[in-house]
Amino acid sequence: MNTDIPALRLEGIVKTFPGVRALDGVSFTVQPGEVHALMGENGAGKSTLMKVLGGIYQPDEGQIFIAEEATVMTSPLHAKARGVVFIHQELSLADELSVAENIFLGELPRKSFGRVDWDKLFNDTNAILTTLNVGFDAQTRVGDLSIANQQMVEIARALTVDPRAVIFDEPTASLTDAEKVVLFDVIADLKSRGVGIIYISHRMEEIFKITDRISVLRDGQYRGTVKTSETDEDKVTQLMIGRSLDLSRSVSEHEVGKVALEVRGLSCGNLYNDVNFTVRRGEVVGFYGLVGAGRTEIAETIFGLRTPSTGTILLDGEEVRINSPIDAIRRGISLVPEDRKGQGLVLGMNCRDNMTLPQVDDMTAGPFVSDGAEVAIFDQYRDKLDIRTPGWRQLVGNLSGGNQQKIVIGKWLSMHPNVLIVDEPTRGIDVGSKSEIHNLIRDLAAQGYAVIVISSEMPEVLHVADRIIAMYHGRIMREFTAEEVTEDSLIQAISGIESDKVA
Amino acid sequence: MAELTKQDIGRFLARQGILVAFVVFMIAFALANPRFLAVDNIFGVIRSSAILGVMALGVTFVVIGGNLDLSVGSMMSFSTIVVLDLHDKLGPTLAIPAMFAMTLALGAFIGFLVGYLKLNSLIVTLGMLSAIHGLTLTYSGGKNMDIADKEGTWFAVIGQGSIAGIPVPILLFAGLAIVLSMMLGKTPFGRKVYAVGGNGTAATFSGVPRARVVFMTYMISAFCVATAGMMQASRSLGSQNTVGQGMELEVLAAVILGGASLLGGSGTIFKTVIGVLILGFIQNGLLLVGLEFYVQYVVTWVIIILAVWLDIAAKRGRLLSPIA
Repeated sequence: MNTDIPALRLEGIVKTFPGVRALDGVSFTVQPGEVHALMGENGAGKSTLMKVLGGIYQPDEGQIFIAEEATVMTSPLHAKARGVVFIHQELSLADELSVAENIFLGELPRKSFGRVDWDKLFNDTNAILTTLNVGFDAQTRVGDLSIANQQMVEIARALTVDPRAVIFDEPTASLTDAEKVVLFDVIADLKSRGVGIIYISHRMEEIFKITDRISVLRDGQYRGTVKTSETDEDKVTQLMIGRSLDLSRSVSEHEVGKVALEVRGLSCGNLYNDVNFTVRRGEVVGFYGLVGAGRTEIAETIFGLRTPSTGTILLDGEEVRINSPIDAIRRGISLVPEDRKGQGLVLGMNCRDNMTLPQVDDMTAGPFVSDGAEVAIFDQYRDKLDIRTPGWRQLVGNLSGGNQQKIVIGKWLSMHPNVLIVDEPTRGIDVGSKSEIHNLIRDLAAQGYAVIVISSEMPEVLHVADRIIAMYHGRIMREFTAEEVTEDSLIQAISGIESDKVA
Repeated sequence: MAELTKQDIGRFLARQGILVAFVVFMIAFALANPRFLAVDNIFGVIRSSAILGVMALGVTFVVIGGNLDLSVGSMMSFSTIVVLDLHDKLGPTLAIPAMFAMTLALGAFIGFLVGYLKLNSLIVTLGMLSAIHGLTLTYSGGKNMDIADKEGTWFAVIGQGSIAGIPVPILLFAGLAIVLSMMLGKTPFGRKVYAVGGNGTAATFSGVPRARVVFMTYMISAFCVATAGMMQASRSLGSQNTVGQGMELEVLAAVILGGASLLGGSGTIFKTVIGVLILGFIQNGLLLVGLEFYVQYVVTWVIIILAVWLDIAAKRGRLLSPIA
């Protein structure tokens, strides 16, 4: 393939929405056989740009060139026919159908009388699967596959058209380390075939591992392209947020107070077993472990969403029974849940109403909700948390991930909880907002809140937690203080490797 | 003054699509037949829409809460028959509260099944549609129900009287619409209905008692149905067992026409009232234009589909779209 002709070129793309200039003259080029990272904070315009590329939005100005041929995209299907394929963060597969049917959906090979040519379908599919080196075959039901393998099905689907450019949108968001390796192999393979790849991710580690060049967007503007080998994380971060970040651990200098929450011998079916821990006022306790280790389930039990089979929960030294989230909230427990869109927010509701939902009963003047009281709370936490929104009437679904998360955090902070549980505080959130949220969690501890942070990201727990509880298969393996913890010992603990050097 | 751009107009149309459609219908019918906009015709339409309208107010709560209620038609028949029967046995003063209590009990039963047992509302209320019909027939023995003394009862005022020149059914519809509009739009309970319908899981995670909220929406729906049954009984002072048959779909059409999403979480009482009026005026307009009564069923359906489609098309900015 001629490497002088770019696989994909965007020139001066402008897209405005009422009140927002979402893309302001964005240009960049993807060469064949190149992995090109597209970075930017949430709200920087990456999603809009991808929607323009996929024909979901039409640009107000600017042009898209595929192999130097100006192209007007009208739909994702049309884009695919032109050789531009998207691998989405949220998978769009039919669980009940086989791998082969999913891959060739809409273009199943036919025999006479419109019958499906199953032999050809399965053979073609297996041929593609072989090149991907995956451990399942064409007839497997998609619903039985892991998330990582489902992603492979999406990639296989992309390969049915001999693509010029493949866009990966946060592909590793729900993959384990081992699964990532497989994905990166596949990307390397695509690259060697001369496919141009756009790789969207917030994870610096990956970006520096697999990409050749990095283009950065900020506030809808193109901020430049750099060679990955000639830059570093600091420089990229600066390009993205316009300043540098202090990622060093902020050691808590404040006093740690009395025990706010104590859990004794708590078990819940086969989800977790004999869990014991305490959380004091003014400290952040981190729960670290693999997905499925039982961390979220413990949080849900404390928040009244699950009933423990045995064990007790004590708040300020007093044994309590928590039968529902309403009980939990009344006793001063707040939970910022893991799934922001599914559990944290009503996306079709405005910012203010989402934020005040748990306390709407208390915000009344006579029988009616007091507009003034609500707006006052919203304004207070918008300022405190630096939530960027055109106003409280904005639907939460229109905000970026980071701002959405801040709405959820604001919702619970405004309840002045005694115990704040934050499950995966920065999942799917850009670097800038991430460090803001980390600092916020540290601040909360300094103000005397008892905070639990559940996270699957090691740098996160290392950064924010005073103590770290490592879980494996529903059991607490070890507890570390911030001073004694090392990455190695933490990895051992969450992998179920017993250690003798218990502190 | 900022200039009105094409985009501004487009956005206005998108937001107020139903209202615009309403105005367009009105103008079209008025041009076709000048009598259409005569005061007595307008009053007549609102008055004959009032019973359907009152039912639609209640169903609005259920739909915004993320559920359906297909039982309102047969429940209205039940209320009508019961209040007519008890009128002669207990007198109107006792018959009305007794009928309300019985209708609310039905609402509580549905609310319990859908809210607390979390059964699918479509299946529960579709089943209740025929179950309540059976209950009504059992109650009446299959006979029509008539009030003995049709001249002498004050009960007739509810459906036939007027206060200060305004028919009582219109006052009841308007009054209930205002009260329920405040309840839905301004109270904590109303907010919770939107939250539960918008994202029930997130509502639960925010300490909203989802089951109780859903239960209450069915109680409100049953209350509205009882009111409608009372109006219906008073209007005719006698009734068949099937008086409300088929109304559940008309009610649902009015609510959806008003712009409430079948998926829950959106809609308002005001919009439902507009939906009810559109439906009423379309049917009236078609009559005035001279179409035969049964053609209306088809034309009404076409207009509903057209309105809903234009509404969706305006929201997504083009008429046909590969994605919703």
